[in-house]
Amino acid sequence: MSSFTKTFSSTLGKKLIMSLTGLFLALFLIVHLIGNLQLFNDDAGKAFNEYSYFMTHFLPIKIVSYLLYASIILHAVYAVFVTISNNKARTVGYAQYNGSANSSWSSRNMGILGTILLVFIVIHMKTFWWEYHNGALPYTQYVTELQNPAAVTVTELQASGVELMHSSYIDAQNGVQVVVAKDLYQVVVEAFSHLWYVILYVLSMIAMGFHLYHGFQSGFQSLGFDHNKYFPAIKFLGLWVFSIIIPAVFAAMPIYIYFLTQ
Amino acid sequence: MSGNMNLTLKVWRQENASDKGGFVTYKAENISPDMSFLEMLDVVNESLIKKGTDPIHFDHDCREGICGMCSLYINGRPHGPKRAITTCQLHMRSFTDGETITIEPWRATAFPVIKDLAVDRSAFDRIQQAGGYVSVNTGGVPDANEIAIPKVIADEAFNSATCIQCGACVAACKNASAMLFVSAKVSQLALLPQGQPERYRRVQSMVAQMDAEGFGGCTNTGACEIECPKEISMTNINRMRRDFFTAKLFKEEEI
Repeated sequence: MSSFTKTFSSTLGKKLIMSLTGLFLALFLIVHLIGNLQLFNDDAGKAFNEYSYFMTHFLPIKIVSYLLYASIILHAVYAVFVTISNNKARTVGYAQYNGSANSSWSSRNMGILGTILLVFIVIHMKTFWWEYHNGALPYTQYVTELQNPAAVTVTELQASGVELMHSSYIDAQNGVQVVVAKDLYQVVVEAFSHLWYVILYVLSMIAMGFHLYHGFQSGFQSLGFDHNKYFPAIKFLGLWVFSIIIPAVFAAMPIYIYFLTQ
Repeated sequence: MSGNMNLTLKVWRQENASDKGGFVTYKAENISPDMSFLEMLDVVNESLIKKGTDPIHFDHDCREGICGMCSLYINGRPHGPKRAITTCQLHMRSFTDGETITIEPWRATAFPVIKDLAVDRSAFDRIQQAGGYVSVNTGGVPDANEIAIPKVIADEAFNSATCIQCGACVAACKNASAMLFVSAKVSQLALLPQGQPERYRRVQSMVAQMDAEGFGGCTNTGACEIECPKEISMTNINRMRRDFFTAKLFKEEEI
């Protein structure tokens, strides 16, 4: 075995890969959250749809998105490798095991939490990512008066034999800005009008909170990062930002849309 | 004597490594709360011997918390319910009269059961032999204060060196990982000048041996440092990771 494979097949190396991919996914959450805040705009989804177009068509972001898909897969695959070898390390278990005496619940259930998240990601991507790329989505036209940006006329365009595409231009003669966009917002509203779907999202976000409560600080430790001054800051960030604020704001989105549709 | 306790013990009995084993229930009667846990087992064993049955096998030696020989997974925790002590330092006053106590051996594939509660911890010796030493050159005795070592470094190295190799970290870890032990042994030498020449070779060989023995990986649950009778800190594990990654990713061979 070469030195390279020895490094990444060792118990420490496998966790290095899990750490790097996991921390990258955590970092992505921040970007994803800020972007999705557009859902709270009261503009019939104009900002959200423009944002969706930007995220799927701007090259640097497209490249990062492939890195993201790879990270999700690597993180899950290595989690399986790590779990298999860790299970092999203790084939006969204890009759009585008092894990709560010495470790957090999250830290002992990362595999279960991660599995919930993987299932969630698949459902989530099917509903939005797959539909946006492959589904027959409606197009919506937003006409904003330049003099009075509050006045927006929203029309759903009917595909009448012509293939619609995203466009954004200023019509100076009529003094309006015209945006035609694939209406992902409608898909979001449709999905979150179902109570069971909202519950699924909220539960998944709770799972994400518990996963990151252990995962964020553990990822830093797997890199060997441990500092008496800065590590407490990492733990603080992991608890408040990654396991409370981010999941809470994400969970607020389906809840907000659900009540909007009622 | 009043104040003495009667206990029920659920003890793991296993004839040898290939035997399947199982729990056997014993009564421990008239146990003084001032006895150590091992003395309580001695009392039970005496009654077993009088009855002509095979006494419960368990590891012990110094009985003052320094040799690392005693083990026992008591009521779901290595070395029992108290912190920073070994089983021999655990007293029966930590239990209540009438309590049922479950006693199991360390559970790890790398620690096969020899008999009953005694396990084979020679995997730790092989990890040590893989690099947990300093090669000493012959020659005159150097002056004691020739090499200056800052107090904080000396203290940290000493803390790492207090590891008694009992294996409680492996027993406590849900992955049966030996990282706390290995990292303490790596650290005690990596921190000191005498350990520098072999520092990066050492960490690589010891980690390789640890993996070869079949111990699990670390998922940072922190169970090991809570259960360690010598309070070895997880900082050691992170130090070992830094040295390992430095050796593997940032250094050319031996440079």
